[in-house]
Amino acid sequence: MSVTSDTIREIASLAKLRVEEEEISSLTERFNTVLALFDELQSANVSELAPMANPLDATQPLREDFVTEQNQREAMQEIAPSVSEGHYLVPRVVE
Amino acid sequence: MNAKNNASEVASLRSLSESLSAGAVKSIDLVAEALARIDRFNAELNCFITVSGDAALAAAEEADQLITAGSAGPLTGIPIAHKDIFCTLGTRTSCGSKMLDNFVPPYDATVVSKLKNAGLISLGKTNMDEFAMGSSNESSYYGICKNPWSPERVPGGSSGGSAAAVAASLVVASTGTDTGGSIRQPAAFCGISGIKPTYGRVSRLGMIAYASSLDQGGPMARSAEDCAWLLEAMAGHDPRDSTSIDRAVDRYSANLDLDLTGLKIGVPEEFFSDGLSDGVAEVVRTALQTLEAMGGTLVEVSLPRTSLSIPAYYVIAPAEASTNLARYDGVRYGHRCANPGDLEDLYTRSREEGFGDEVQQRILVGTYALSSGYYDAFYKKAQQVRRLIADDFASAFEQVDVIAGPTTPSVAFPVGEKSNDPTAMYLEDIYTLAANLAGIPAMSIPCGFSEGLPVGMQLLGQHFDEMRLLALAHQYQQRTDWHRFVPPGFEV
Repeated sequence: MSVTSDTIREIASLAKLRVEEEEISSLTERFNTVLALFDELQSANVSELAPMANPLDATQPLREDFVTEQNQREAMQEIAPSVSEGHYLVPRVVE
Repeated sequence: MNAKNNASEVASLRSLSESLSAGAVKSIDLVAEALARIDRFNAELNCFITVSGDAALAAAEEADQLITAGSAGPLTGIPIAHKDIFCTLGTRTSCGSKMLDNFVPPYDATVVSKLKNAGLISLGKTNMDEFAMGSSNESSYYGICKNPWSPERVPGGSSGGSAAAVAASLVVASTGTDTGGSIRQPAAFCGISGIKPTYGRVSRLGMIAYASSLDQGGPMARSAEDCAWLLEAMAGHDPRDSTSIDRAVDRYSANLDLDLTGLKIGVPEEFFSDGLSDGVAEVVRTALQTLEAMGGTLVEVSLPRTSLSIPAYYVIAPAEASTNLARYDGVRYGHRCANPGDLEDLYTRSREEGFGDEVQQRILVGTYALSSGYYDAFYKKAQQVRRLIADDFASAFEQVDVIAGPTTPSVAFPVGEKSNDPTAMYLEDIYTLAANLAGIPAMSIPCGFSEGLPVGMQLLGQHFDEMRLLALAHQYQQRTDWHRFVPPGFEV
């Protein structure tokens, strides 16, 4: 299995990664080298097996529904690149 | 170099603990000496990304007061280091990435707070592959860390800084994390001991996520005994990590002399296959004979799906990484590009600038594996194969108590040898990945030298059987002194 440069552009867009046009061909080549590694997976007979998401097959633990965390907005926003009046600032979205 | 003449007396958690409680040494002196060694060697080795000298000296003063007052624990006042993947309140936690070069966490990881509560003092944060993605430390934004045994060789990864710092006696022990071998492989390459515990044994809270269903923190030190001490302090249920297991922690350090007579040790034929170097094979086979001489019985076992662990891992880990790393968007913390034109530009450029090549590559692979139309062929299939691999171990453990073999196919490889070939690098992990996929505990201990470089023996156990692995490793280290070998030029 291999992918084209167009697929790489589409995946990069989904992953919100900017990719320079001149890097596309080397990235595609590298990507296909990794994909070739996965071919062996297709030969495994696993149709009857349940996927293993947790190595202990553990499920999500439940607890009583009560508040355990305090609001730490100021501490959290101290490390943000740009904030104002308790809000995270990003470039204008709606004109 | 004649490595055989190189065994020496080395500090251990036990020896430092005894010296501190007897008043033979002060914590402030231990910390000052360690800082002096870091100052002397770090420019050469690049083990540390951040050194917290002032905070460590202040903590040492407090520790000395506790020791004098008689209210100290056995680990109080001993300096260690943390892999720079563990969040440390008020100290930059970079995860080896430009993305987090400016990240000063507002909280401590559970591992960090547990070790702090046990009295251990952090000297700083150790170098690592970016976001723990790598087997050589070459993907760190802060430059490669060198292997103290040979500066032309990699220290392994991703916990390469931790391994090199212990091997060079800059610290007696360090924390590490292991998603596909990141504690065991650098431990093997640098000639020290390290254990990846059972998945869920050590809290992942505040341990920056790479692949959440595989990541596990653990200790790295010269000896199995020191690993036992440290793991005992690190492990335990954490209600703030939903994958943490609510189960009592064994007294590893008190059970190192556990009677192992008649222990059945499985030797998987697949671990001695074509890719294994002759030198490593010979050293590990000799170590297996030592285990036999100690009263163990070697039993041939088969883990037939070992080779499938590479494709399964390199689908599952990037898939989970692409999800985990979606949080780095230049909005809440971490790197933000200058003068973003619009929101899309903010996201895409911050991520492109903040992430290195290997991380971007894995995000792309992971995004592809999870994308519509490919999920069944990749992620689901990899998770089904994961069950096959776990079943292989379950079958083997019906016949044997532990499994032993090499940790890595070769000794530490030269810097640059594999950095441009991702698949060659991925093949390095052939013997370590399966333990993460199956969630079982596994450790690496030094067992000799090949080409003048350390070789690691890997011991794998059943879920939550860390105690038996540590006891076996400790008893092996009572009969051998490979764990006390110090790289030339780094003698204390």
